[in-house]
Amino acid sequence: MSARMSPARTIAAHAALITYTLIALFPVFVIVINSFKSRKAIFADPLALPVPGNFDLIGYQTVMKQGDFFAYFQNSMIVTVASLFFVLLFGAMAAFALSEYRFRGNTLMGLYLALGIMIPIRLGTVAILQMMVASGLVNTLTALILVYTAQGLPLAVFILSEFMRNVSDDLKNAGRIDGLSEYAIFFTLVLPLVRPAMATVAVFTMIPIWNDLWFPLILAPAEEVKTITLGSQVFIGQFVTNWNAVLAALSLAIVPVLVMYLIFSRQLIRGITAGAVK
Amino acid sequence: MASRKPVRWHIAVFLAPAVLVYTALMIVPLFGTLNLSLFNEAGDVRVFVGLANFATLFGDPRWSEQFWNALGNNAWFFLIHMLVQNPVGIALAAILSTPRLRMAAFYRTAIFIPTILSFVIVGFVWKLILSPIWGIAPGMLDFIGLESLFAPWLGREEYALTTLALISVWQFIGIPMMLIYAALLSIPDEVLEAAEMDGITGWSQFWKIKLPLILPAIGIISILTFVGNFNAFDLIYVAQGALAGPDFSTDILGTFLYRTFFGFQLQLGDPYMGSAIAGAMFGIILLGVCVYLFGIQTRLRRYQF
Repeated sequence: MSARMSPARTIAAHAALITYTLIALFPVFVIVINSFKSRKAIFADPLALPVPGNFDLIGYQTVMKQGDFFAYFQNSMIVTVASLFFVLLFGAMAAFALSEYRFRGNTLMGLYLALGIMIPIRLGTVAILQMMVASGLVNTLTALILVYTAQGLPLAVFILSEFMRNVSDDLKNAGRIDGLSEYAIFFTLVLPLVRPAMATVAVFTMIPIWNDLWFPLILAPAEEVKTITLGSQVFIGQFVTNWNAVLAALSLAIVPVLVMYLIFSRQLIRGITAGAVK
Repeated sequence: MASRKPVRWHIAVFLAPAVLVYTALMIVPLFGTLNLSLFNEAGDVRVFVGLANFATLFGDPRWSEQFWNALGNNAWFFLIHMLVQNPVGIALAAILSTPRLRMAAFYRTAIFIPTILSFVIVGFVWKLILSPIWGIAPGMLDFIGLESLFAPWLGREEYALTTLALISVWQFIGIPMMLIYAALLSIPDEVLEAAEMDGITGWSQFWKIKLPLILPAIGIISILTFVGNFNAFDLIYVAQGALAGPDFSTDILGTFLYRTFFGFQLQLGDPYMGSAIAGAMFGIILLGVCVYLFGIQTRLRRYQF
């Protein structure tokens, strides 16, 4: 390996990274500490830590009483998990077909599916809405799941097929000699081997879905199908003066995506290194 | 063909679900929207008007003023990202990739966290921090004796767009950082060792050896930034509303599309002009992607290790 860095340069590197880390985390820190404080304390000293004198859970209590919040949460969960499942399953299947078999139109099909990485699905919104109205899917979670599945597929196919090219042919041929069907080879041999890539795709697919405001606003604005992102946007509008409640709601909205990210983040670098940038 | 080889149905089975969903919800609506932009309503019937909607959009003062304003703002939004987000992201990745750096995983995870937050949270918290009333920012500037520099950045026409662009940079810097970091890690040690043998270390090593090797990754990041920026909507919407105030100074193509398509306040929604704006956005993005694919990517030399 390369020579050791001089101590001065190491210190400079840490100083730069710590500075930027503080910039990155400061706003999140502000939301979370203030969500645990009383209203007076939030205004008096926004940067003070919650200590026994100003500690107050009134914000969380307000959010809990607003029963909707859990429904929003549930909607977001259903949409995200279902879309993720379909993106990973369909994406992996298509990636397997593209990377494993030689057939006429293979390259063309790959390009066709990759088009969606560059062209955002939002540009088709006008026609998507008309289609959903025509099929009666407006204000259903199904509409969102369908759209997000289509949105996530291009990148999933692209990353997963890069990975599947690296799965050893010997293994698959051994499976064929043992009489496994192509489907069994895919599900029992190849899928387990590309799990790290699946994790990368999962993170990249999940975050935009969980955070999306555009499609919930347009396709599913009704109360019973609101996602948490749209719900908290509306919540901010309604409770604009109740800062405790808004800060508590936002703190709660951060938790699930943060947990998922921390679970998958170790896979993330491995996934990117072997896939997209190559 | 088919008579010699059996039809390999499994290929179709593997491809079908992805291709069907993708075609039905992405390709068909995209072309449906482009098609719709060629129509307009006369009375109650839909009539084909050719490119008249686009002529209105680019030429009729009622529309064109807003369109060029949104396009100009969008270009500025993109420029800020290219000038701030990508260089800072590359710098962070370069520092992170120094060998044997302690806590690298921690920094990497922490710097990526803003990227996973929703726009609703990002918009709200920055409005709070920059607010002149509650204002953490005025207090902090006061602390270092620079309070005179404070201005209600989000409320002033001349600063609002730049402020929002910087907030967006703050949010998305994790993406260039991660991609460049991965690209730097994939440079083989032998290359760097050979450079060190020749006495190329530190800064000059970064400029002469690493930077040329990560240029393809920088190209990918630039085009992703371009597509993301010209398709942006959420941050402006949550921070400034659909009217993109003050006085449309933060209006970009995404918010313009939303207002036109859905209407706001007294103006009714117009799906035809909305489609025309989506068509214009499609053209801009396609142009950018083509410039990248044919003008930039083919000229970048890729190194195979």
